Amino acid sequence: MLNYLIKRILQGVISIIGASAIIFAISRLDDPTLLLLPIDATPEMVENLRQRLGLDLPIVQQYLIFLGNALQGDFGNSYRWEQPALQLILDRLPATLELAFAGLVFALALAIPFGVLSAVYRDSWFDNFAKLFAMLGQAMPNFWVGLLLILFVSVNLGWLPAFGREGFDSLIMPAIALGWYPVAAMTRMLRSTMLDVLDSDHVRMARAIGVPNRVVVWKYALRNAAVPLVTMLGIYFANMLSGAFVVEVIFAWPGMGRMVVEAMFARDFPLLQVGVLFSAILFVVVNLLVDLSYGVLDPRIRHD
Amino acid sequence: MNADPQAKAGQPVLKVDDLRTHIFLKRGTVQAVDGVSFHVNAGETLGLVGESGSGKSMTSLSILRLTPKPGARTVSGRIEIDGINVLDLDEETMVRDIRGKLVSMISQDPMTSLNPVFSIGDQVGAAFRYHDLVQGRSAIREAVVNVLRRVRIPSPERRLDDFPHQYSGGMRQRVVSAMAIACSPKLMIADEPTSNLDVTIQVQIIRLLREIQKETGVGLIFITHDMGVAANICDRVAVMYAGRIVEIGDVETIFANPSHPYTQGLLDSIPHLGRRRERLYSIPGNPPDMQNPPSGCRFAARCPHVMDKCRSEYPPETTVAPGHMAACWLVGKSG
Repeated sequence: MLNYLIKRILQGVISIIGASAIIFAISRLDDPTLLLLPIDATPEMVENLRQRLGLDLPIVQQYLIFLGNALQGDFGNSYRWEQPALQLILDRLPATLELAFAGLVFALALAIPFGVLSAVYRDSWFDNFAKLFAMLGQAMPNFWVGLLLILFVSVNLGWLPAFGREGFDSLIMPAIALGWYPVAAMTRMLRSTMLDVLDSDHVRMARAIGVPNRVVVWKYALRNAAVPLVTMLGIYFANMLSGAFVVEVIFAWPGMGRMVVEAMFARDFPLLQVGVLFSAILFVVVNLLVDLSYGVLDPRIRHD
Repeated sequence: MNADPQAKAGQPVLKVDDLRTHIFLKRGTVQAVDGVSFHVNAGETLGLVGESGSGKSMTSLSILRLTPKPGARTVSGRIEIDGINVLDLDEETMVRDIRGKLVSMISQDPMTSLNPVFSIGDQVGAAFRYHDLVQGRSAIREAVVNVLRRVRIPSPERRLDDFPHQYSGGMRQRVVSAMAIACSPKLMIADEPTSNLDVTIQVQIIRLLREIQKETGVGLIFITHDMGVAANICDRVAVMYAGRIVEIGDVETIFANPSHPYTQGLLDSIPHLGRRRERLYSIPGNPPDMQNPPSGCRFAARCPHVMDKCRSEYPPETTVAPGHMAACWLVGKSG
């Protein structure tokens, strides 16, 4: 178990370094100095700035300097905000985590009952409704869901704030928009795994010795369907953490995703690098947690 | 156990009368079980023999009222377990009072019949927990250890918290048997409990079932397609073909004096040591389409002795000798 953990953490570190190298290389394809200086800047001014930012050095050397500084917690200052890039991202991280977590809770709260009940009441009106709902969910992009929510719930009904991050009210709609697609995907997946499990010999055996239906469904069968569900959950949660920027932009949610996208447009490399690095770290951590949870959920999976 | 389990031996624990279970599909109705009658006495083993699709498993699931939903439904008949017609009961009563307590099942494949993500103790304990027979965690644990000991699992107190994948195939089938006997049912249905096991393990499981039966006096329905296994364990044998019982009788009678051509064909299909044959015998043809079964004898198309009458009229269940019945026009003729 400990060996497995060490191995996985080392793998994660390699992934994170790889991600940092790729984003570092890509972001050097363009020259930020042209954006940072006034349009009538002289070539000397450009050269001066390049030297000051260290952009005149060979790219490998630049990367090694970046790595060396990063290990000491120094990711440089944001060009745009002229503040430590790390601090800017860390300030935004709680908002991103909060939104992703809320989206996940929303997705699970709907997907578990929908998936389970539509498998139990297969081909009933509820199953058809859940299937339709899941299809709609997968067909509707999250920015559109977000816009519809703002239009109906905020503008027409005036129930919830349309943007910002002030209290629980402002969290509801972004969470729904973010969780919308995962609800659909997880409902469909859970429905098909539950159908398989409910048809299995061990479920029939449990029924044959008089285990009540609710226990068979919600304990015996659901636990068997949990491993694929958690796998999917991990993927969506990691996506929500790093890919929530569309929803963050629509609801003016002060999260990390939005800041990273803005950094990209502004060629704000230090900020972009930290943002991507954090996304990579979150991905690696979530995946590790998912893999570790397998061992808890399914005793056949052992991490020796 | 009861003071004298043999006291009630000989009395029927199960009476099935004209059972019909049909499967309703979009493209038609499959008459999976179509007028089946038999009984099982306490302490007795009835073999239910026939090829795949003959309705053996559907008959046993009907008795448990666990036919696959949606689709399959018992449309008529009577199933009396220990004097109670279970077809009159609602699902709640079936769960609380019948399944596990009066009737239970040992299912086919020990590798898939145990839930892979729950411990053995948890699964065997379920039989006690949900019938309120034993209260409290430690009492249930003790009951589980006892029942595992009864199916001869070595040092059960240490293996209680293990998971199914840590057990061998034979041991798993013992665990499944433990689940089935936990609440001392009057009737047990074993659906091909040995077909997925090695021959040596098969023998052990059959021996175990016999011992359990001797201890408890449980009536046993043993479903198999293997005439050899049936000869080994059964007191009486019912041969099923295309949703009906074509012959039923004592095991000795069925093997020594099979009256239905289908039973004869089945017995001829058993490979014998020392008998040289180019090819193994098999009954030519296929079972009929059960959506539109033939109006006459369902075996007519494959029968070597077929007569005109067979194709138009279903033969009545004719008594060959006391306790020996066959549904064949030949029986009345030659006898």
